[in-house]
Amino acid sequence: MRLTGDVVVVGAGMVGAACALYVARSGLDVIVVDRGPVAGGTTGAGEGNLLVSDKEPGPELDLALLSVRLWAELAEEFGESVEYEAKGGLVVASNPDGLTGLQRLADGQRTAGVVARPVTGDALYDLEPHLAPGLAGAMHYPQDSQVMPALAAAHLLRASGARLLTGRTVTAVARTPEGAVRGVRTDRGDIHAPSVVNATGTWGGELATLAGTHLPVLPRRGFVLVTEPLPRLIRHKVYAADYVADVASDSAALQTSPVVEGTSAGPVLIGASRERVGFDRSFSLPVVRELAAGATRLFPALADVRALRSYVGFRPYLPDHLPAIGPDPRVPGLLHACGHEGAGIGLATGTGHLIAQALTGKTPELSLTPFSPDRFPEPEEVA
Amino acid sequence: MRADLAVIGAGPAGLAATLAAAAQGVRVTLIDSAAEAGGQFYRRPAAALRARRPQALHHQWRTWERLRDGLGTHVESGPVRHLTDHHVWLVERRSTGFTVHALLGPEQRDPAEVRADAVLLATGGYEKVLPFPGWTLPGVIAAGGAQAMLKGGLAVSGRTAVVAGTGPLLLPVAAGLAAAGVEVAALVDSADPLAFVRRSRALVAEPGKVVEGAGYAGRLLRHRVRTLARHTVVEAHGTERLEAVTVAALDRDGRVRPGSGRRIPCDTLAVGHGMLPHTDLAETLGCRLDGLTVHVDDEQRTDVPGVWAAGETTGIGGSALSLAEGHIAGRSAAARLHGTEPDPRAWAAAAKARTRLRAFFAALDTVYAPPAHWTELVTDDTVVCRCEEVTGGTIRAAVAELGARDARTVKLLTRAGMGWCQGRVCGPAVAGLAGCAFTPSRRPFARPVPLGVLARAGEADGD
Ligand SMILES: Cc1cc2nc3c(=O)[nH]c(=O)nc-3n(C[C@H](O)[C@H](O)[C@H](O)COP(=O)(O)OP(=O)(O)OC[C@H]3O[C@@H](n4cnc5c(N)ncnc54)[C@H](O)[C@@H]3O)c2cc1C
Ligand SMILES: Cc1cc2nc3c(=O)[nH]c(=O)nc-3n(C[C@H](O)[C@H](O)[C@H](O)COP(=O)(O)OP(=O)(O)OC[C@H]3O[C@@H](n4cnc5c(N)ncnc54)[C@H](O)[C@@H]3O)c2cc1C
Repeated sequence: MRLTGDVVVVGAGMVGAACALYVARSGLDVIVVDRGPVAGGTTGAGEGNLLVSDKEPGPELDLALLSVRLWAELAEEFGESVEYEAKGGLVVASNPDGLTGLQRLADGQRTAGVVARPVTGDALYDLEPHLAPGLAGAMHYPQDSQVMPALAAAHLLRASGARLLTGRTVTAVARTPEGAVRGVRTDRGDIHAPSVVNATGTWGGELATLAGTHLPVLPRRGFVLVTEPLPRLIRHKVYAADYVADVASDSAALQTSPVVEGTSAGPVLIGASRERVGFDRSFSLPVVRELAAGATRLFPALADVRALRSYVGFRPYLPDHLPAIGPDPRVPGLLHACGHEGAGIGLATGTGHLIAQALTGKTPELSLTPFSPDRFPEPEEVA
Repeated sequence: MRADLAVIGAGPAGLAATLAAAAQGVRVTLIDSAAEAGGQFYRRPAAALRARRPQALHHQWRTWERLRDGLGTHVESGPVRHLTDHHVWLVERRSTGFTVHALLGPEQRDPAEVRADAVLLATGGYEKVLPFPGWTLPGVIAAGGAQAMLKGGLAVSGRTAVVAGTGPLLLPVAAGLAAAGVEVAALVDSADPLAFVRRSRALVAEPGKVVEGAGYAGRLLRHRVRTLARHTVVEAHGTERLEAVTVAALDRDGRVRPGSGRRIPCDTLAVGHGMLPHTDLAETLGCRLDGLTVHVDDEQRTDVPGVWAAGETTGIGGSALSLAEGHIAGRSAAARLHGTEPDPRAWAAAAKARTRLRAFFAALDTVYAPPAHWTELVTDDTVVCRCEEVTGGTIRAAVAELGARDARTVKLLTRAGMGWCQGRVCGPAVAGLAGCAFTPSRRPFARPVPLGVLARAGEADGD
């Protein structure tokens, strides 16, 4: 059987699923390929925070604001099946200095369209009764929300009506003599299409290489701790002010200021650490210990709650911490939608929407220039 | 307190290893979650019950007495420390050796840490139980649980039981129940023990086991227990608790023969489908697994330096094999801790037994298997994951409609295996329903651990 479509999306993670949905809804015939199952990559190994609160003003925040709006729209359609919850975020400061920093960040975010409300004194404990006593204050971000990533990817894919081919590895990107994309080769046959979307997350650099071009995506490891199911103890996504600094950090060293959140299924998720150690899956007690320590500092009552497991994932990051989104001028027909680091779930909807606009010749809602895939220098030729 | 060698698990393998290493002058700390030594095999009737003839439930009673007395002697004279009620949740590899992290007592709230230069994992295995309609009713218990009930409690008389599933453990369980006064209405095995007898070569090589099996069979005959080979339980019935089971014959392909069902009244169903090794601690240490078992070399060393493994964690094979492997591991660890190359001639007899027994159990494995089409018996409303109450229908929908191709994705999409037991019970069933091979899922913690304990774990001495 000859497999032909308008667009091949490589990668059935959250980003590939959102691309499939928006592209299919713009009238194109989409085929999604993944070497594993749905959500078998980082999407199945992370958390589902949809955050605006942790982003400095700039292109990523603009994309996040577009994305949370689109998520809210999708939530009406997908209802509870993706466990969407618009629960809001609470960023707490333990001392007055931290609070000043928070206020400065929030001022900038507000000009971009973020809703941020200062919370002090008793009001803080009305919002989160189990927080540690004596905190200086906090900022409340009602736009922060969450989904369950694997469910979201699976349901968006199903709703897209795209043909889903799992268990197939893309081994090459087929190109015309002129260099334009004409499909992909897989270990189980060719798929023909004039457009290919690279939604392979942390493996985005490898796919770029298969297409004869270059994208420096690297892994940034994260551990998450999962507790036993609890009655609702924690109402928002709660994290300490230093988290924002960790997210934006260029350091390869370990950072662990945790985000603590309850889930609709009951367990509390504590995550996530950030460190650049390649694809090393081995368990690290020092890292997980720091997560537990950070969480129990915020919520002393968690000390008696049991962790059932921890898991590890690899965020796809690019050197300037922005994703690559849009057509690759070096390879006609190739589009990238990868490198979302620790925000790929949140940013998936905006990304899918922008990719659909690019594929149908519409003017994208946000400028794609900051996300342009050829913004990085070519690696030196190794002789 | 620092030990040369920390042995985790005080079953046959851990005991044999402890004695072998201690005899060579190694300081051993033996750690087990149970209140007493013995593991699954030598779980003794609680002393308080003062069972008159505990040996009636125990073959190889003399071996046990020798292990028990040996342990007592070494503990008294000093080189061995035996820590009971220590639930190990993690073994951590550090630059200067290992830290064993445990939680104390039944509450598992307070921490204890043991440091050692080397670690020997002898954590044994646990029972596999596949789901079928009604399997969550009170009165349905794991076959191993029934055995433990006998060996530990003895309060079983006046009951009617069916023993079902597959595997060599069903025989001793049925015989034990019958001997304790339970009326065993049937022993139902999906395999055909006759097929086993045909594996003559492995049998001839293992006369002891044949005698053991014949002994059980003889006892079953004496108690007039009906054996139904190539049969399976298709449903357990009852409202509040178990009242009866329906068993049916299997055809050549492992499907239930239509019209062959019959109802057997009972209040207890002891069911088991074989054993699975405990590999959590090994896996978190980074030890290589061969499929479901911890990989070891001829000396019982894992591929992580300083970590040995013995007994059922390296492959299911009965107590005699665990004893042999434990002995070899203990000798090897002792030599290497002393900085010498071990001489395999020192354990030649154990090595010979190991070879023989592994061949024997490999042969057994080819005979005892769940019905090939057991998943067809799991109805859409059968609960498969008990912790998260996920049904067969939900799992099938994740596979058919949401693109799940493996157990991990099924778990992500349905929560099957995400609950308290972390898929230890439902893992094989979920894999079967997803149509993929069962592989151990990563469980960094062998036991749930309080965040307060985790937040301070291993801080006591930094290195
Ligand atoms: C610990 C942790 C916590 C996180 N928390 C959050 C959070 O709270 N909020 C948030 O928004 N983000 C979070 N993230 C980040 C988020 O998980 C990722 O950004 C996101 O999952 C990336 O999705 P993706 O679809 O791009 O990649 P993936 O989900 O990795 O999908 C890529 C897919 O491509 C497939 N693939 C690769 N190569 C090939 C090939 N050659 N052929 C076929 N298929 C191929 C892979 O099999 C994979 O399925 C977290 C990440 C981690 C690790
Ligand atoms: C019902 C039944 C009947 C059997 N009948 C026979 C028979 O007739 N003949 C025969 O040869 N064999 C029989 N066996 C098998 C026999 O019991 C096993 O082969 C043998 O016990 C395996 O020894 P082991 O030392 O490898 O493991 P085990 O005996 O399982 O010992 C492992 C020990 O490790 C401890 N442990 C595990 N994890 C941890 C942890 N995280 N922290 C602390 N401690 C831990 C456990 O508490 C246990 O005490 C039977 C088994 C069962 C279940």
